[in-house]
Amino acid sequence: MKRIIPLFVLFLLSSAGIIAQTKISGKVIDQKKQTIPGANILIKNSYDGASSAPDGSFSFIANDTGEVTIVTSFIGYETIEKKIRLVGKDVTYNPVLKEAFNELKVVTISAGTIEASDERRTTVLKPLDIVTTAGGLGDINGALKTLPGAQQVGESAELFVRGGTGAETKTIIDGMVVNNPFYSANPDIASRGRFSPFIFKGTVFSTGGYSAQYGQAMSSVLALETNDLPDRTSSTVALSSVGVGIGHNHLWKEKGFSIGGDINYTDLSPYFALVKQAPEYTAKPQFSGGSLNFRKKTSPSGILKFYGYFNLSNFGFKTLSIDSTNGYKNLFELGNSNIYTNLTYKERLGEKWVLNVGASYSSNIDKINLSHDSITSQSDLSQGRIVISRGIGKLSIIRFGGEYQYAFDGFNIKGNVNIKDTSNHYQTLHFKSNTNIYDNYSAEFIEADIFLSQKLVLRLGGRGEYSTLMNKYVVAPRTSVSYKIGDFSTLSLAYGQFYQKPERTFLLNRQIPDYNKATHYIANIQKVDDFHTLRLEVYYKQYDNLTLNEPDSTKSNHGYGYAQGVDLFWRDKKTLKGVDYWISYTYLDTKRMYLNYLKEVTPPFAATHTATLVFKKFFTKLNLSTGFTYTYASGRPYYNPNNPVFMKDRTIDYNTLGLNCAYLRQIKKCFAVLAFAVTNVIGNDQVFGYRYSYDMQRSQAITPPAKRFFFIGLFLSFGQDRSKEVIDNNN
Amino acid sequence: MKKIYTILALTSTCTFANAQNKKFVETMEHNIAIIDTTRNATVLQNEANTFERIGNAEKEEWLPSYYAAFCYVNMTYSVKGDAIDTYCDKAEAFINKADSISPNNSEIYALKAQIASARISVNPMTRGQKYGTQAGEIREQAKKLDPTNPRPYYLDGMASFYTPPMFGGGKDKAKSSYEKAIALFEIFTPASSIAPHWGKKSTEYFLKKCDEK
Repeated sequence: MKRIIPLFVLFLLSSAGIIAQTKISGKVIDQKKQTIPGANILIKNSYDGASSAPDGSFSFIANDTGEVTIVTSFIGYETIEKKIRLVGKDVTYNPVLKEAFNELKVVTISAGTIEASDERRTTVLKPLDIVTTAGGLGDINGALKTLPGAQQVGESAELFVRGGTGAETKTIIDGMVVNNPFYSANPDIASRGRFSPFIFKGTVFSTGGYSAQYGQAMSSVLALETNDLPDRTSSTVALSSVGVGIGHNHLWKEKGFSIGGDINYTDLSPYFALVKQAPEYTAKPQFSGGSLNFRKKTSPSGILKFYGYFNLSNFGFKTLSIDSTNGYKNLFELGNSNIYTNLTYKERLGEKWVLNVGASYSSNIDKINLSHDSITSQSDLSQGRIVISRGIGKLSIIRFGGEYQYAFDGFNIKGNVNIKDTSNHYQTLHFKSNTNIYDNYSAEFIEADIFLSQKLVLRLGGRGEYSTLMNKYVVAPRTSVSYKIGDFSTLSLAYGQFYQKPERTFLLNRQIPDYNKATHYIANIQKVDDFHTLRLEVYYKQYDNLTLNEPDSTKSNHGYGYAQGVDLFWRDKKTLKGVDYWISYTYLDTKRMYLNYLKEVTPPFAATHTATLVFKKFFTKLNLSTGFTYTYASGRPYYNPNNPVFMKDRTIDYNTLGLNCAYLRQIKKCFAVLAFAVTNVIGNDQVFGYRYSYDMQRSQAITPPAKRFFFIGLFLSFGQDRSKEVIDNNN
Repeated sequence: MKKIYTILALTSTCTFANAQNKKFVETMEHNIAIIDTTRNATVLQNEANTFERIGNAEKEEWLPSYYAAFCYVNMTYSVKGDAIDTYCDKAEAFINKADSISPNNSEIYALKAQIASARISVNPMTRGQKYGTQAGEIREQAKKLDPTNPRPYYLDGMASFYTPPMFGGGKDKAKSSYEKAIALFEIFTPASSIAPHWGKKSTEYFLKKCDEK
């Protein structure tokens, strides 16, 4: 029995756990010696541990002996483990936690780039902003024109960025170039973009210094990324003052497959009957078209996407001929057919590699009838692209790839001219010309984003381009560096060279065409938190080899110019309750020797000062979303042949106030939006330039076809809530 | 003599196992009582840590991880913006751990749905549809796994209550979900003293609010 007693004591001791108790205490701090409250300090596989107090200190009793692992963790920090030998003596341990990798804390390359995305948490815009910005009338470019860097060129739908022409901005969908992103129009009346903002999940608007992935754009790249699989099956119906449209998107969630499409018809005749237009229309604008898309998830990380678009449109009008004294009217009739298709595939290859491939075919045919001439202009583009990227370490990435484009441009002109013969009789001379231009363009690029730390990233890249038409190989280096100077602030610098083929119309008569070239230098400082954005960007852009209208083709590439300026952007979603507003200011100083210019001057598409105020307010109780956009731009230059100083004259300043409101309502499974919008509410006079008669005696202002544009529309969306069905299928 | 040793050895393991289980249940009961009555972020953080520690020792139990996730999802209501996502990420890690220990558990699905709903508040305009749909689907799964669980219905009510009528929510819709939840709370008996039992008081509170004009 004697022997049992010590055993029994031992048993009591062990079960009560009082063999050896060790006090472990200390303080949890981070690398900057800041204390961390609320951290969890525990001994692996045991109950023992504690949370750190507000001053970071902790203390607990450990019941284990021998070697134990102490784990310290806190949200936003990397968990650390430490092995300690407990021998019954008190232990002091001060864990130092390292901030965990966090997307928000990592610097992003921001020079020249404005992004709208839901996926990235901190972006200047959200995709919904594009639709809800007043004055934009639901047009992507209309919304982007409220951002700094963009000019207000009211006679065109194109984006004129930082002293560049509209053609210097390229639109890209899922990596594939879009040759004709706008509806065809006559040169003096703005049309709008072809693509609905609702089909894109991400928009990157680059106003300079962009990645080596993009070429053939001297000023700007608008990169759009289409939606992946939709969240649900849904149907839409749109009824508006200008047309009707229906669409359907069907989702087979369990198969990872969706197919969708829409058809729409727009006819402006009823609207033009109500709101008087300046031109005398011989055919009111009509548009009919549609789109088709499918998406297939090929694996958890792979997706195959197709998007196809087609549209037919026509319109015609007469305007008083400025050269005629007897009221003769010039005719302009345009019929357009357009197709754009895009097939892309994205897949992750192993841990580190990502593959992106794509192919696209597009074709655009414009048939134009003028009073005496008719022109058929066709442009086709076939393209293929491959991009491979590989992650290096946690953050760095290297990207490389290539693209190939086969372009066909055809111009067919038929005309009549009346000329006096030797006996002073008029004779009608018929002429015909047919020009076809083919180009094989290939490019390859490589680019690396090298993170020297979480705060400092260096992007080095280059792009080689060859066009059979130019018969020349060029190399464009690109580089940028971004440094995070605070929790929310980033400082960036960018440099790059950008080549672009001359516009297709200039290619017609050039025997030795050459690339136009721009060189960008950009400095940017940006502060973005959840509710505010402040951006300041200064830049200098050098233009070389611009196209000149020189009869001597060897001199036709000797144009030049520069652009420099300041872009400022401020957005605030917090200060005023329920209000989201932003202010953009653009200062632009640019001159160029270009086309038939007599000397280096500020071109007609550049205003020195541009400012925009966008204001949005949501009235929750009324289910009403409202907003306005006010835009000011100083007068733009125009050519007055009577002024001995070339391009000296300026138009009046441009002012416009756009309003919109939308009433939203859910009726059972139907989500309805009733939208109303009007441009130029106040009715400010807008003049985009002047045209002069051949004898310079008469001039005509280029103005919008109507002072205001009114829009009213009802959009219905029927989302079938298929959640129950999905669950049933899964079980 | 041998007998005594054997008995002693047997009782020792038995007592030890019982003590261990008793310690688990008592510790859980103590900490669940704390989170039943508070939404204070500091307290919740400490409780989340405690549940994490219990889960660290009791590897076969799903409840410690479940309650750790519960603490983190409730902490999202005291922060704004991106911090919500950070807490949701943490909650999701714990609930997935619970899910791997106890698969097809209605309570775990209910909490998963609550995490998805919490993510909406980062930006309701842009996230409403995606996470709203997701949360709704997970709640349906929770109902299917246990039709007597009142919590998915309570969460249905919360989703409707905080969704404007124009987006398919509203108090009327919320009310019918809360009524269903109340009816189930009346007959619902938690499997144990530490099994999930939260939500009844909130349901009663919000049901009253639905009738306020």
